[in-house]
Amino acid sequence: MTDTSEQTGDALRLRGICKTFGGVRALDDVSFDVARGEVHCLAGENGCGKSTLIKIVTGVYTPEAGAEMTYFGERLDGITPNVARARGIAVIWQDLALFPHMTVAENIAFDEMVGPLPRLTRPGQSRGRAGEVLRRLGVTLDLDAPLNSLPIAQRQIVAIARALMGDARLIFMDEPTASLTQSETDGLLEIVRGLSADGVAVVFVSHRLAEVLEIASRVTVLRDGKLVGVYPTEGMTQARLGHLMTGTELEQAVTARDRSAAPPVLEVQGLSRAGEFHDVSLTIREGEVLGLTGLIGAGRTELAHALIGMRRPESGRVLLNGREIRPRSIRDAIREGIAYVSEDRLSLGLIQPQSISDNTSISVLDRLLNGMGLISSGQKTDLVQHWIEELAVKIGTPDDAVSTLSGGNQQRVVLAKWLATEPRLLILDSPTVGVDVGARAGIFRIVRQLADQGLAILLISDEVTEVLHNADRVLHMRDGRLRAEHDPRATSVDMLEAEIYA
Amino acid sequence: MRSLVAANRIEARLGVVLLLMVIGLSLTTDTFLTLANLTSLLNNNAVNLIWAVGLLVVLIAGGIDISFAVAASVVQYVAVYCFEALGGGNWVIGFLVCGALGIGLGLINAALIHGFRIISIVITIATFNAYFGLLMFFSGGRFIYDLPDWWTDRIFIFEHQSASGVWSELTLAVGVMAGCVIATWLLIRRTTIGRQLYAFGDNPEGARRAGVNIALMQAIAFGWMGLMAGIGGLMQVNIVKEVVPNALYGRELEVLAAVVLGGARLGGGKGTVLGCIFGVMFVAITQNGLNLLGISPFAFQMIIGAAILIAISSSNISLDLPGRARKGPAPETETAS
Repeated sequence: MTDTSEQTGDALRLRGICKTFGGVRALDDVSFDVARGEVHCLAGENGCGKSTLIKIVTGVYTPEAGAEMTYFGERLDGITPNVARARGIAVIWQDLALFPHMTVAENIAFDEMVGPLPRLTRPGQSRGRAGEVLRRLGVTLDLDAPLNSLPIAQRQIVAIARALMGDARLIFMDEPTASLTQSETDGLLEIVRGLSADGVAVVFVSHRLAEVLEIASRVTVLRDGKLVGVYPTEGMTQARLGHLMTGTELEQAVTARDRSAAPPVLEVQGLSRAGEFHDVSLTIREGEVLGLTGLIGAGRTELAHALIGMRRPESGRVLLNGREIRPRSIRDAIREGIAYVSEDRLSLGLIQPQSISDNTSISVLDRLLNGMGLISSGQKTDLVQHWIEELAVKIGTPDDAVSTLSGGNQQRVVLAKWLATEPRLLILDSPTVGVDVGARAGIFRIVRQLADQGLAILLISDEVTEVLHNADRVLHMRDGRLRAEHDPRATSVDMLEAEIYA
Repeated sequence: MRSLVAANRIEARLGVVLLLMVIGLSLTTDTFLTLANLTSLLNNNAVNLIWAVGLLVVLIAGGIDISFAVAASVVQYVAVYCFEALGGGNWVIGFLVCGALGIGLGLINAALIHGFRIISIVITIATFNAYFGLLMFFSGGRFIYDLPDWWTDRIFIFEHQSASGVWSELTLAVGVMAGCVIATWLLIRRTTIGRQLYAFGDNPEGARRAGVNIALMQAIAFGWMGLMAGIGGLMQVNIVKEVVPNALYGRELEVLAAVVLGGARLGGGKGTVLGCIFGVMFVAITQNGLNLLGISPFAFQMIIGAAILIAISSSNISLDLPGRARKGPAPETETAS
């Protein structure tokens, strides 16, 4: 990795960048520098201006007068997306902007196909060059496989290869790890290090602060469109970075309490399913938050699926409030009082174009019927109003589409939808994937509040810090078995991580 | 090679089905596998295939066009007046006039779709009705038989008389069809424009961000469709020797069925010329085979409907069959722990 002290000059140098959209100041006099071959992190909450800044550098937006932009010492004026790409500035968007039905090679070489004049293609040559780029990255992928046959992590690599195909010297990565597992993330970070060693500057945008501190040499923090500062990552802590990003002190402390006296809500006894989880026994008590962490493939999600009837355990028993249950479908599980908030909430958990009110009430429509068997609008309004207040969702009116809400507020609507089923056990599977730090704190405040009201909560997460700070007890799962139980007050993030990655 | 077959599964499967049909019909009838029958199959389906490759380009670009068959009728009528005004015309003028008229009608679709950001099915249903209504209104439903000789004279590009005295021949339309097929293949497979069309159909936002000119893509896709509609209209007159306002009405669905059977994806980004050819052949041979077997022609649409259902649903099922190294996006239950 290039040390900032060894830098031979800046790849990118921005001064006085301002941009206003319809009266809203998205960027206010922002400066931003990236050294050659540096891995630089751009941090800030959603809406802080990160995306606007990226779009200005890549020519999607034009900055207001007075801006000064230089790229490897040359002025960048009147830049367009095509010019930016031609000069080696590439962006890997969060949605990757790839073509699912094209092959890997066609995706990597696609930008050669765009140009002012139509030309004949040379598929053989393009394919060869695509192969070379993959070799340079040190990965092997089937060049002729259609992209939609690859898992997300490999599509990410295709997107990086595509950027390199255009001889990128500066690559922006917008939340590249949001949908990757820990091991996939490690692989990606390794590739980013390799790029940096090759002299390619990488600007990394991520909500996972641990990752930011691991990969970047410097971090630029934006808040509300203003530059907070540029900091070396050495000596920076997650808590301090979170504070810089949000401007408020975040609860980063262990919140565990002893709930061993409370009556158990969920008791799992010797639950097994071949190849997925083995002899799992655990108890969650009333008002308790039980954290479940471990590596990818440890069997956490599979276990959760068994509790909600999406998989049939082969042996063992599940007791809810002392009574044995055997849910055969999610509908059964809901009836028994189990709610499961899945990993991919934003696409699977919400119907984006529909109203907040419809989304909140969809899980309990059969409880809102009037005497004639039709949906009672009065009862529906009451229910929606109740949960909006309870979870402090910031909305215009309940009739607005869910898609108009911010990520953190959408998250609350998902919770509201499940809480409306009046569950006794709430399973949260990776509840903060793709959610920024400020909104994360908000979600965990709600989790704590729900626990205080007596709900039993199973919190599943990759992120050790998150589990340690928000659970009352933490279980470590590995290869389908529960390996250890920890009291968050008696362990630390480092100790737990050492155990998990051992 | 294996991945080539994997990437073109629908085409490969349809090819096998076609082969079985040909073998079956050759064994059960003594008229199917004759030069006379095969050439007449080609003659009768040349126009359909010309339209099919045009429609293929629109489907690849993520659109759909319902209006092209009616547009071809409009081109025929307007062309009659143009040729009169141009002193009779000839084949060169014919191609220029019909091609230009077709492109014009296609560009109207493209402009409406792009200009108002309305999905293509809505726009082309509207233009389908508008074109047809205008045509019926101004033509008064009249047939035209008084056409220039060059237009209606038969031109054979292949002739053969068998020992028993049966003539087999291929008409000019088949030659034109071959030209259209090759030109479309070159456009979509071997030019940068073609790759952009696929990309635009596959992921419009991704294509836009990559710098693809969206308006141009719509214009090329619908312009190409229009060009094929115009050329198809021109050749249709050469075959039937008359211009009838409602003769082509309804043909759009037959062609659409063939193209979809051939593996073109209605969502865009997928489809091949080979699949398109196979799709048209499947529809043609089915119809021809039912005729030769003496089965009621009403069975035809039933079979086409069933074939589409089987083709579409089996292409989804096959994703989960073993033997494929990598499956599509993992189903929800398999996503990590």
